[in-house]
Amino acid sequence: MKDDGRDESGRDAANKREQDRRGEGRRITERKSETVRAAIREELAEDAPEAEQRAAEREDAGESSAVIALDHVFLAFDSPILEDVSFVARQGETICIVGESGTGKSTILKLILRLLVPDKGKVVISGEDITGLTFQEALAVRQKMGMVFQGAALFDSMSVFENIAYPLREHTDLDEDEIEKRVREKLEFVDLDPDRVMGQLPSELSGGMRKRVGIARGMADNPEIMLYDEPTSGLDPLTTGTITRLILKLQRELSVTSVVVSHDIRSVFRMATRVAVLNERKIAFFGTPEEMAASDDQYLRDFLGGY
Amino acid sequence: MPPLTDRFAQSAKAKLRKVQDYFSLAGRAIGFIFARPFYTQDVIQQMDEIGVKSLGIVLLTGFFTGMVLALQSSVQLQAFGISALVGRLVAGSMIRELGPVLAGLMVAGRVGSGIAAQLGSMRVTEQIDALNTLGTDPIKKLVTPRVLAALIMLPILTIINDFVGIVGGNLIATVIIGIPTGQYWRTVWEQIVAGGFTLHYIPNDFIQGLVKPFVFGGIISISGCYFGLNTTGGTEGVGQATTRTVVLSSILILIVDYFLTQILLSIFAP
Repeated sequence: MKDDGRDESGRDAANKREQDRRGEGRRITERKSETVRAAIREELAEDAPEAEQRAAEREDAGESSAVIALDHVFLAFDSPILEDVSFVARQGETICIVGESGTGKSTILKLILRLLVPDKGKVVISGEDITGLTFQEALAVRQKMGMVFQGAALFDSMSVFENIAYPLREHTDLDEDEIEKRVREKLEFVDLDPDRVMGQLPSELSGGMRKRVGIARGMADNPEIMLYDEPTSGLDPLTTGTITRLILKLQRELSVTSVVVSHDIRSVFRMATRVAVLNERKIAFFGTPEEMAASDDQYLRDFLGGY
Repeated sequence: MPPLTDRFAQSAKAKLRKVQDYFSLAGRAIGFIFARPFYTQDVIQQMDEIGVKSLGIVLLTGFFTGMVLALQSSVQLQAFGISALVGRLVAGSMIRELGPVLAGLMVAGRVGSGIAAQLGSMRVTEQIDALNTLGTDPIKKLVTPRVLAALIMLPILTIINDFVGIVGGNLIATVIIGIPTGQYWRTVWEQIVAGGFTLHYIPNDFIQGLVKPFVFGGIISISGCYFGLNTTGGTEGVGQATTRTVVLSSILILIVDYFLTQILLSIFAP
């Protein structure tokens, strides 16, 4: 009995130490969150003209029509993945979807592309409900969209030129000269030297260059919508900056509507007109980057503190 | 914990769904052969990959199988004093059975695994999703050319396999058993004639020997594509896909061969 008592008190002490440590951890997270938020606010303040432009874009967008709309979407495979997810992306907007790993961020892109069909709810693209389309009709809708995959997903049996020309050969009647002209134009847009890379195979390129070729392929057929799946993951800070600038350039110059799934809070704050935070299968927050940085929501604070 | 019967029913249902997926893939792949756009370039490339590049192993296996057939059968036939009929035995076995089955098994190992590995890597690196996104049906672009190429090339490989096997038998018959080449080929022809003719000119043995590789080509290519396209779990999954392809297509070839033989023998009963 005596032994048990000692055990008990020992366990209590251990529990208390554990609680203390957690408390400390929480305090550190809060401090970190505070610092990060301060840094973000500072950066946003420095970027005032940028932010103004974005605000103007949002205002413009407010009047324009919805290009992408998810309407109370539910999806489950073996277990629920998305529950009651709704958001709207208007003409020229860049929506960034952030959230922990495995919360179904990439799934949202697949729903927009109609590679997946929701169990309940609707996905509407340019006013057309795409949930009920046949496979062939879905192929047609996808031609309006350009997708940049996480690993670029270039066809490794084809050269860079063939990769970018692929959507043009599949869907347009352009002749060879026009295709080459278009491929060069797109490569120049993503700051690659056409003469140097056109003949190369994807395996001969660096990760950043592959991503850029991926963007060039995605935009080859001049889509109205661009989708990016973690465009900056696995890249060094400099290349991350380049890719972020490219996404901004694409949005500004060609006024495409973009949805970006990302882990990279810094670049999200630079390019998003609106941010959607996904937590436990639901959208926990949907608003401007400024609103996100100013929010007192515990989850958002923790989430930013993690960075 | 659900009762045993429930779990059994569930796993049976899952298995059945896979069989259904397999046949639906086969159906769509074959249906697309006749639908625009035609990816002719891909078909030619796959014919090269599946057919021309398999020539080496088919030549080797055919030649040595023919030689060993002649060697073994000569011992058996000698016991009855009819070793002069080696040609008949070699030709009969090669054309009807060993040619198609061995070519099928070799191609299953070489090409089936290759198809599964390639499509599997494309799946795990999101290239299949990329095709879908760019508005191309991956079945039409990837599966149909492979199936079509295999359906065309397997019978051709089998003809080569048969011929080389009979030549290998010829070598052993002449050099070791001492049967003159002329007599050997005469007995080979006798064997082919004995099977009878369809429409006066087409030897029944040839029809039997070419229906099989046609079916085997379908089995190999569709198995490879099925496991490749359904790869999950990264590079490890690619390895599993290749193994499953070779195992399933080899087993199916042997099982289907038996039933095909029974059907064909009842049609072309001598």
